[in-house]
Amino acid sequence: MTTGRYEMVVGLEVHVQLKTRTKAFCGCSADFGAAPNVNTCPVCLALPGALPVLNEQAVKLATRAALGLGCTVNPVSIFARKNYFYPDLPKGYQISQFDQPLATGGSVAIGETENGAEVRIGITRVHMEEDAGKSIHDRYPGATAIDLNRSGVPLIEIVSEPDIRSAADAGAYLRTLKQILQYLDVSDVSMEEGSLRVDANISVRPPGQTKLGTKTEVKNMNSFSAVERALESEFARQAALVDSGGRVEQQTLLWDGEREVVRPSRSKEGSHDYRYFPEPDLRPLLLDAHWIALVRDELPELPDARRKRLVSDFALAPMEVEQLTTSPAIAEYFEAVARASGDAKASYNWVMGEVIAALRASGGGVDSFRVRPADLAQLLNLVRDGTISHTAGKRVFTRMVETGKPAAQIAADEGLLQVGDDAVIAGWVDEVLAEHPAEAARYLAGEKKLQGVLVGFVMRKSQGRADPKRVNQLLASRAG
Amino acid sequence: MAVTREDVLHIAQLARLGVTSERADELTRELSAILAHMEVLSQVDTAGAEVTSTVGAEGTPLRPDAGTVPGLSAPLETVAPAMRDGFFIVPRLATHEDAAGIENRA
Amino acid sequence: MNLDDYSLLRAAEIAVGVRAGQVSADAVVKASFDRACDIGAGSDNLNIVLAAADEAGRAECESLTEKRNSGKDLGLLAGVPVVIKDNIASLGLPTTCGSKILEGYVSPFEATVVTRLRSHGAIVVAKTNMDEFAMGSSTENSAFGPTRNPVDVRCVPGGSSGGSAAAVAAGITPIALGSETGGSVRQPAAFCGVVGVKPTYGRVSRYGLVAFASSLDQIGVLGRTVDDAALGLEVIAGFDRLDSTSSDADVPIYRMSALGVPAPEARNPDTELLRIGRSAVPLPPPPDSKTLEGVVIGKPKEYFPDSLDASVRDVCERSLEKFREMGAVVRDISLARSPLAIPVYYIIAPAEASSNLARFDGVRYGLRVDSPLGLKGMYEETRSRGFGAEVTRRILLGTYVLSAGYYDAYYKKAQAVRRLIAEDFTAAFSSGVNAIFTPTTPTPAFHIGAISDPYEMYLNDIFTVTANLAGVPAMSVPIGRVRRLPVGGQIICAHFDEYTMFRVAYALEAALGAEAHQ
Repeated sequence: MTTGRYEMVVGLEVHVQLKTRTKAFCGCSADFGAAPNVNTCPVCLALPGALPVLNEQAVKLATRAALGLGCTVNPVSIFARKNYFYPDLPKGYQISQFDQPLATGGSVAIGETENGAEVRIGITRVHMEEDAGKSIHDRYPGATAIDLNRSGVPLIEIVSEPDIRSAADAGAYLRTLKQILQYLDVSDVSMEEGSLRVDANISVRPPGQTKLGTKTEVKNMNSFSAVERALESEFARQAALVDSGGRVEQQTLLWDGEREVVRPSRSKEGSHDYRYFPEPDLRPLLLDAHWIALVRDELPELPDARRKRLVSDFALAPMEVEQLTTSPAIAEYFEAVARASGDAKASYNWVMGEVIAALRASGGGVDSFRVRPADLAQLLNLVRDGTISHTAGKRVFTRMVETGKPAAQIAADEGLLQVGDDAVIAGWVDEVLAEHPAEAARYLAGEKKLQGVLVGFVMRKSQGRADPKRVNQLLASRAG
Repeated sequence: MAVTREDVLHIAQLARLGVTSERADELTRELSAILAHMEVLSQVDTAGAEVTSTVGAEGTPLRPDAGTVPGLSAPLETVAPAMRDGFFIVPRLATHEDAAGIENRA
Repeated sequence: MNLDDYSLLRAAEIAVGVRAGQVSADAVVKASFDRACDIGAGSDNLNIVLAAADEAGRAECESLTEKRNSGKDLGLLAGVPVVIKDNIASLGLPTTCGSKILEGYVSPFEATVVTRLRSHGAIVVAKTNMDEFAMGSSTENSAFGPTRNPVDVRCVPGGSSGGSAAAVAAGITPIALGSETGGSVRQPAAFCGVVGVKPTYGRVSRYGLVAFASSLDQIGVLGRTVDDAALGLEVIAGFDRLDSTSSDADVPIYRMSALGVPAPEARNPDTELLRIGRSAVPLPPPPDSKTLEGVVIGKPKEYFPDSLDASVRDVCERSLEKFREMGAVVRDISLARSPLAIPVYYIIAPAEASSNLARFDGVRYGLRVDSPLGLKGMYEETRSRGFGAEVTRRILLGTYVLSAGYYDAYYKKAQAVRRLIAEDFTAAFSSGVNAIFTPTTPTPAFHIGAISDPYEMYLNDIFTVTANLAGVPAMSVPIGRVRRLPVGGQIICAHFDEYTMFRVAYALEAALGAEAHQ
């Protein structure tokens, strides 16, 4: 994005909580929602004499995330202490990684330019660290309440290269990142719940210049759209400042969501001196190549790869695939239905239509949805064969959701089997023509457009069981 | 390398140690004297000496993702200076302190 | 067993007696308390003890009786009273680290080593005085007053484990736990005329040891005799899953080294020796010219400088002569980078300490001083009132050497030189030297108040600190007296070779006999 005069240069730092059962350095539960300070122990309370011991699953999930983002995982990485004082940081330092992080050098594709070129955002590094507790300022007057349940929960920090050039791209990057991490099943990645947090670094420069301008850091954005708005606001501020001959000062700014402005952070600390040094209570993290290869082999199919495959395997349009792959679970469900029924198009329609509607109504997830892919495939086949009509099919589906019974059984039980017997259909046609003499007369006289209405009457009379094709044919033949 | 009084006040701030004005002068002298003894290290040739902060060449041990927590044998209230409804209570952070907190972490 | 002389019994002998039902743990513990009262171990006189167990001690004695009645093994230290340095977390008694900032703090969890002692039947009778947060070499930096050396009450007992060394020297307990970062077990052991052991880094769990400098800290054992220290180490050493820096190397039965048993056999749990090892090891036969045959003792010239006190040198030379008489070869060696140890140590240790002590902020435990200036004021008031002068000095020093612009020149450089110091030891041990012998300290104990310059105080650690930097095991054994004050001889061995270290120590102790305290 440029105002003509300037280019926006943005790098994003994303912190993601890993969905382990226990904390990074102790066996306390990492779940949220518990009463304050119940998920604590000497280690995460930083009692004198306590020591950290690293959680294997945190390492595994962090490695999986790094590999899924295309990074190189370093066989040796070092933990380091980041020292600062804050009441919800019990040790007075955070165990993080500094000089030798877990992984470096990945990238994600976030879309295409107008001429079809891929837009890729580089990832500088992924490193492991622990979360701090929570400080609650408004609960008691004149006091801040500290809850250390979250202290010690494992995080990864994903640092992007300053490759992002617009607020929209920043949003696209975040959405892509979130989806990849969901597919990898390493985190709940919910900004609302706090398992995903974003900080931005932004600078401006004249287009064509390679040297980076002075960057500011923007924090306190609590949604992807807030990130976009904050970047646009700060870009405008920096551009105006440079335009007027001023210089951008390196500082930290906080996004004020209510007033929709960035304002300077009022801490008096200036630049922070974290006095990083290697964590002496932990030895280096050594990952052997074999173990890394196993994690790589277990990587699930990533969104991009899945989209490409669905397009080629099932001849679906990119837009349709885009919708299906928003959720990995839906994509899997669709694929199972498509393979079982052999009809990708119908599967797409039913999944995006009836299935999604039913899930929305019940509030449940597709993993616990009563109608399993094989069951839905059977229904699709019944409709395709003409055993039941499409309309009846919808009714059957509803009953399947309610009862969990298979399609064929419901159709039989409720007499929804399509009737193709000409004699029966002819009988219904006769009845309808007799019951609706005015429309009948007009239709038989030549008003073809009334055919649909009359077919509708027949379908209603037959409770959806008549084969609509035969009804049309019989009516048409009466009209001559 | 001599330590200045400004240095001492700055690092005292970083370490949250309240240092009085008089004590600052004394400390400046003491620390400068101690650091003078360290100068000898700058003349040591350490090319090729790897930096090790821990003895031993094994990696850090990993523990399973399960809860076997060495518990507390007394409730937190027995050691905490101020607790209320299960929270640790501290004086309300001033706006700039809160901002510092936001600056320091995600 | 004559209990009037219980303070002359080895811990192993007390335990054998208690296990056999011949000695009452209650009586032993009572004798320990009586002894403490007689010599004035409290703040009224020697100020050795900061907090004493009373009812708790009795309860543990009772549980030993129950255990024996139900046929359970009472453990290697059954009924043995022990004292614990006050920076090691214990249930029931406070853990103050000699500091106002933790005055009255009772830890809600216990250190692994204390749990291990208790599971072997030891009775924790007191927590002992120390230099604040283990920073010091005289126990004068305690917020609760200095401890007096029982051998000469005008003198310091050394530090920072001064209280523990004094407790053993005064006959209160045969075994005490202390901690080492730069010599804090060996130096007070030398000053008080007792045995003090620093194990290999990682040999003993640090879980529950209040951290000073994490890459240097180790819990150590003080004992009245080599046998007491060896038994104490056997009980507390070994892997702990709660300490990521702890080693899973086997723990041999160190006391077997007194009998000339080769090290590998002392590890094998199936031997007859294990059964013997579980009872009191008989004292070794009198030393002869073969006792240390084949052993090469290194004498590093940097630890015998021309400036060394002549009397201390004479006492050390007498020990070296004993080694030769027992068949060992004494070889001159050089540990050329050792003279750099003090500057290296006084960069690394304060740096790590400045970070380890950040948790003392008045939020979750310990002292809190309120301030009209809100949270920041609370931090500053709490920490400036709670920490003494030496701790403040070292936190500032440590913060400085880690701060932006200084990290490479100081901390990073010091770690590199540390590596060189360690390499000197590795080279010596790979060249055929089995153990290195040096004076433990350049002088015997000095008078309380005699040293006020911080750097001069640091120089007390000049011979001990290298072993902490290299992570190798080292111990001090009483080897004589100078001007009627105890002198210690230091034995240093290769990583995880405490077995050889004890072998040499047992031999020297036996060879010197009563001369060690003359």
